[in-house]
Amino acid sequence: MERKPFAITLNPASSLANHTGNWRTMRPVYVDHLPPCNQGCPAGENIQGWLYEAEEGKYEQAWRKIMEENPFPAIHGRVCYHPCETACNRGQLDEPVSIHAVERFLGDYAIEQGWQVKAGVETGKRVLVVGAGPSGLSAAYHLARLGHAVTIIEAGPKPGGMMRFGIPQYRLPRNVLDAEIARIVAMGVSIHLNQKVENLEKTIKEGGFDAVFLAIGAHLSKRVNIPGRDAGRMIDALGFLKGMDGRAVPKIGRRVVVYGGGDTAIDAARTAKRLGAEETILIYRRDRGHMPAHDFEVEEALEEGVLTRWLHTIRQVDNTTLTVEEMTLDEQGRPQPTGRIETLEADTVILAVGQDVDTGFLEDVPGLDISSDGVIQVDASMMTGRAGVFAGGDMVPAERTVTVATGHGKKAARHIDAYLRGSEYRKPSPNTVAAYDRLNTWYYTDADKNRQPYLDLARRRASFEEVVGGLDSDTALLEARRCLSCGNCFECDTCYGVCPDNAIIKLGPGQRYEVNYDYCKGCGVCAEECPCGAIDMVKEVR
Amino acid sequence: MSYQRVKFYQTGTFTIGNRLLDESNRTVQAGMDRTNSLNSGHRACQGCGEALGARYALDAVMRATHQQMVAVNATGCLEVFSSPYPESAWQIPWLHSLFGNAPAVASGVAAALRAKGRKDVRVIAQGGDGATVDIGFGCLSGMFERNDDVLYVCYDNEAYMNTGVQRSGSTPPRAWTNTTQAVGAHPGNPMGIGKNLPRIAMAHGIPYVATASVADLHDLEAKVTKAMKFRGARYIHIHVPCPLGWKSDPAHTIKVARLAVECGLFPLIEAEGGEVTDRTPIREKVPVEPYLELQGRFKHLFHPRDARALETIQAIADANIHRYQLLPVKA
Ligand SMILES: Cc1cc2nc3c(=O)[nH]c(=O)nc-3n(C[C@H](O)[C@H](O)[C@H](O)COP(=O)(O)OP(=O)(O)OC[C@H]3O[C@@H](n4cnc5c(N)ncnc54)[C@H](O)[C@@H]3O)c2cc1C
Ligand SMILES: Cc1ncc(C[n+]2csc(CCOP(=O)(O)OP(=O)(O)O)c2C)c(N)n1
Ligand code: SF4
Ligand code: SF4
Ligand code: SF4
Ligand SMILES: [Mg+2]
Repeated sequence: MERKPFAITLNPASSLANHTGNWRTMRPVYVDHLPPCNQGCPAGENIQGWLYEAEEGKYEQAWRKIMEENPFPAIHGRVCYHPCETACNRGQLDEPVSIHAVERFLGDYAIEQGWQVKAGVETGKRVLVVGAGPSGLSAAYHLARLGHAVTIIEAGPKPGGMMRFGIPQYRLPRNVLDAEIARIVAMGVSIHLNQKVENLEKTIKEGGFDAVFLAIGAHLSKRVNIPGRDAGRMIDALGFLKGMDGRAVPKIGRRVVVYGGGDTAIDAARTAKRLGAEETILIYRRDRGHMPAHDFEVEEALEEGVLTRWLHTIRQVDNTTLTVEEMTLDEQGRPQPTGRIETLEADTVILAVGQDVDTGFLEDVPGLDISSDGVIQVDASMMTGRAGVFAGGDMVPAERTVTVATGHGKKAARHIDAYLRGSEYRKPSPNTVAAYDRLNTWYYTDADKNRQPYLDLARRRASFEEVVGGLDSDTALLEARRCLSCGNCFECDTCYGVCPDNAIIKLGPGQRYEVNYDYCKGCGVCAEECPCGAIDMVKEVR
Repeated sequence: MSYQRVKFYQTGTFTIGNRLLDESNRTVQAGMDRTNSLNSGHRACQGCGEALGARYALDAVMRATHQQMVAVNATGCLEVFSSPYPESAWQIPWLHSLFGNAPAVASGVAAALRAKGRKDVRVIAQGGDGATVDIGFGCLSGMFERNDDVLYVCYDNEAYMNTGVQRSGSTPPRAWTNTTQAVGAHPGNPMGIGKNLPRIAMAHGIPYVATASVADLHDLEAKVTKAMKFRGARYIHIHVPCPLGWKSDPAHTIKVARLAVECGLFPLIEAEGGEVTDRTPIREKVPVEPYLELQGRFKHLFHPRDARALETIQAIADANIHRYQLLPVKA
């Protein structure tokens, strides 16, 4: 036996023999919570995920992460109304992360670099898509990635739907639109232009299609009953905006009145201004606060010199003379006549009072459920009452935006894929939301939002040049780094550092961390200090 | 400020590490190769600030001295929870003698190393506030006066915790301890007594004195690293919340420490040769109340509300802010 010093009977030992983990009543666990931005994105993007890549300047990885969900980052970075930013937690700290601006930079950069996406391994299945708007194109893209052969039939002369024939160029330059569509065509999706599907069952049969996605949008301009003597001076906004794609610029005269309060009305008014109308007046029955149009678009229109008559309605059109009546709002915010009448002069009246779905050719499709307001009913998998026929975008009951339409295309594609494989697509159930109160904001630095440049006003009024400019590589990087990474570990080492028991194991770059439950006492310091709220304390069960 | 804060979008240098920053701007604690001077399996309470502060400080010393150091420990929680016979949680050369003599033992170790010509091996002495401010104070003052080549680190949890929370010279005004019960007209620790050891150390004119907190690791490591650049007597006073003695939630250890700094009650300063040379500005100034409210030892100030005591404590914080110019510098 080894000789020990006086009065010493035990060999020296390490504290590691003492498993303090058995003191624990609560255990820390790493969880990826759902960031509010992701939750808010109708296209289902993993925004926090791609910002994480972009933060490190890994632009291609970031772009590819977007492309898993949405084939149009350059388009969405421009026209999406970014509900993600409304939801963004940073908005409660200073200003939301300018998600759309980074997305746009990535989209533009990808176009510049010529990055492409590969189609999946061929399955031998054939899918028909009716309509080449954002919804149809998005479905086609995702179906192609899943290996299905996709044919799009499109009534118009060019693909893009309302992105081309509605949204004006000063918000969405056509080279950007063309580039993002070309990438889908390059994946092997064929688009047949100038062909209107008139008889769906016949087209399915002749083409030997295994499934169909309908995405015909809502193109029929609604009518309003305005007594008029010279109807020629009244045109609808969609026809007007669509005409902008042709060679012959629509003739509108010097004084233009636009009637309506939505985004389409705003686009029509701004377009009229650019075409040289000296006076463009927007007439809307309610006030600015009640306009369905997004306020920033109203603001941009006002900056460009569009005039407004809120709380007015058109009673009569008599050649170039308009009779308008002032309105007032009742308690419910509904417009009520006041009897105060005045007259205005206008060479053209543009009506922008909404759109309906042209369901004519679908009426005899068996099982299809067309509601009284003309939209097509679909189930949770986006399938209509006719098996194998799915629908999405403006033609189904939902918010009518490019992003919702694009999201529908993805969702439908996943369900069509499952349908073709004879299985069922189950969306993984989302994690709990990483709400603001999960964050430990002390750790974040102050960082002002990087603002996008604006074209100067004189040029905005006179040309169709893009109004809002993009971020460059440096500013996009800084903007991406404003992201708080809500609910998702971003490897800041804080848990690893603050544990008084060294019970967090750092696994190395990209590998995150692990809890050593042999020694974790369950104090909860790591969970409390984690800046982004990626650690939960859960009850210990022994 | 003790170190250059990196204003880097996202978190800059406020988190322990930051994958977007150069390695040199991350802390010792962020490294996969840190010493873990105080190893797992120690018996400190859940969320012990002292255990954390000791690892923070000693790991930084290990890096600064290229692992050539020895630590002398006074009696107290840090010693008791780390070395129940025959186990030790220390992964550094470590000595313990008595409650009141750690500075003297450290002076002796430094003298022995000098006699052996070992200039490369550096000496650390450490103890709780009781050991430092009260019982070991005479030895410490001697060590300062002789300018012995020792860095003394005090882990201030503001009472004698290891023996069951008795008042020390570092216990703050109005705090409950087992020897200053929350009873009578002036419940808790009396106002106007106690010692500010960092200022007493400064009065000795020693080469380096600093205060630090477990809530600001970058600041703490920078100060420890700087202290190791000096020869002679140095003193660092680290604020380390004790969930048991402060009756605070173990999860709130760092939060409580952070609020102490942000309200001005625990100023982060540095001094050389007896003169204050720098201070770490407050980031987001808060009143003293959110700090006090998290701690059960101040519960009697709120039930019922003792406005006069709260005002007096706020005045102490304000005086610190004024004395050391702690308000955030406007960009
Ligand atoms: C002026 C205007 C501005 C807008 N601005 C924005 C904006 O900034 N942001 C935003 O998010 N949303 C905006 N929107 C809404 C958005 O454009 C639509 O919600 C979106 O385009 C709908 O997509 P979709 O694919 O469902 O339909 P659409 O884009 O309408 O595409 C449907 C396609 O189907 C084709 N089609 C129709 N019938 C047939 C048939 N029988 N056979 C073959 N093809 C057929 C059509 O020619 C069309 O190309 C705007 C809309 C308008 C009108
Ligand atoms: C001479 C002497 N008196 C009393 C004690 C009992 N004792 C051990 S630790 C301690 C209190 C330590 O308080 P502090 O130094 O503040 O350290 P903490 O435990 O709070 O970290 C006391 C009184 C002792 N060990 N030696
Ligand atoms: S801060 Fe980042 S993760 Fe959090 S909501 Fe905003 S964009 Fe999403
Ligand atoms: S800080 Fe350490 S001991 Fe405390 S809960 Fe987290 S892993 Fe466990
Ligand atoms: S009593 Fe306080 S100082 Fe002592 S081990 Fe517990 S928490 Fe740490
Ligand atoms: Mg103590």
